[in-house]
Amino acid sequence: MGTSFNTALESLRTTRVWKSIFRRGPAITNRTRSLAVFGNLFLHWLPVKVREKSLRVRAAYYLGSLSLLLFITLVVTGVLLMFYYHPATPKAYYDMKDLRFVVSNGVFVRNVHRVGAHLLVLLVFWHMFHVFYRGGYKPPHEFNWVVGIILLLLTLFLSYTGYLLPWDQLAFWAVTVGTNIISAAPVIGSEVRFVALGGHIVGENTLLRFYVLHVVILPLLAFLFIGVHLWRVRKDGGLTVGSKDDDGQN
Amino acid sequence: MMDKTKIESGFSSDAKKEPRRIVFITRNTSANVKDERERKVMSCPHLLVREAIVFEVLIIAMVLVALIWDAPLEQLANPLLTPNPAKAPWYFLGLQELLHFFPPFVAGFLIPTLVVIALSVIPYFNVNVEGKPLWSEQASKRFGIVLWVVVALLIVLVVVDAWTIIVPTVLVAGLLVASYLSKATTGRMGALRAKPLSWWIMTWFIATVLCLTVVGTFFRGPGWSWVWPWGTHAA
Repeated sequence: MGTSFNTALESLRTTRVWKSIFRRGPAITNRTRSLAVFGNLFLHWLPVKVREKSLRVRAAYYLGSLSLLLFITLVVTGVLLMFYYHPATPKAYYDMKDLRFVVSNGVFVRNVHRVGAHLLVLLVFWHMFHVFYRGGYKPPHEFNWVVGIILLLLTLFLSYTGYLLPWDQLAFWAVTVGTNIISAAPVIGSEVRFVALGGHIVGENTLLRFYVLHVVILPLLAFLFIGVHLWRVRKDGGLTVGSKDDDGQN
Repeated sequence: MMDKTKIESGFSSDAKKEPRRIVFITRNTSANVKDERERKVMSCPHLLVREAIVFEVLIIAMVLVALIWDAPLEQLANPLLTPNPAKAPWYFLGLQELLHFFPPFVAGFLIPTLVVIALSVIPYFNVNVEGKPLWSEQASKRFGIVLWVVVALLIVLVVVDAWTIIVPTVLVAGLLVASYLSKATTGRMGALRAKPLSWWIMTWFIATVLCLTVVGTFFRGPGWSWVWPWGTHAA
């Protein structure tokens, strides 16, 4: 059966429709394999060829790739959650209850979103520390390291703004504690806090502001900087492989 | 075909001030350009297949966790009912733990700002681009300086009673002193002796952040007092 499936797939790849969609026939020659990467909108930020060493698991533990996948998963589950969510008090909280007791698989989608968000924060930190220990910030990768720091901050802000949205005690007091810290900033601390909260305490204005930040502004910024980050990885010559990699060790 | 024996030119006169992508020639090695001879493979399929496998493993793991573990949902938000302790999300609990020891300006503004700035400028300090070990030259003088810095830091931490920072600091400093005293060139201690200063600073930073976050998350209860994760209060 496997053979007939393969035969069917191969004949499909030679059809005119397949070629019109993918701009090439089957990827069986190095030319068509190159085309598969740089002729594809979603893959063209990858290099056509990669160093064999950079494919080793310990070169990066796929932490960057995993972070990207988690971001995509969070966008997908986040959009699904948006269909059932109203950024208003106390409706937001009752929407959480509906997700658990009324919406089919609602609690599952929320769980994936929550797990993914925590995991993304963890992975982004791990990614940064791993890149540091590999010396991945060294020239010509300096600027991409800075882009990475921006992405780390965006990840933290995304996670933090999302933390408020369930509008339960956990969310409310976590954000109250966190935003109280902003007041510690000199001169403009309390003003910045006022703008962030839309008032002097966490309330319905805060929920709306955090919602807009969480679903529009921060994801767009993250998307932009992820694009720059991935493009720069290729432009700066791929992953950093250390001198120890030459002998097959490390 | 390119001539593989030809070494690419383009070295700047002062590589420390103006680093280019050059080959670092460490001692006792020859200047052969290895970059040309590195084996390369096509991204399609070698990279794409690996990425696909990694993605599938992650998705399966996430689905399993999501099926078993429900996201928490407490009572409706109530500004009049303050939980004790009120905790920030776990990734900010290190900062909240700092607030316990330092005034809000220091813990809530100065330290996080300095950390972000320090992380951002890491690649722009071209000191020790080659990653020379800390003890490779002027070892006794450097050891003296490091010891003074560590002792000064510990005195400040003891004054503010910040023992959740003292513990990781003492651990990393202990390893640092051991690596100085040791004469090993192989094994774990040998590897430790080969680490540059930046490695030690980052390792201390990570150890401290980990300790603060873990204590803040699992070991802090009402009034930010010490509790055990299994629910009994410390005396």
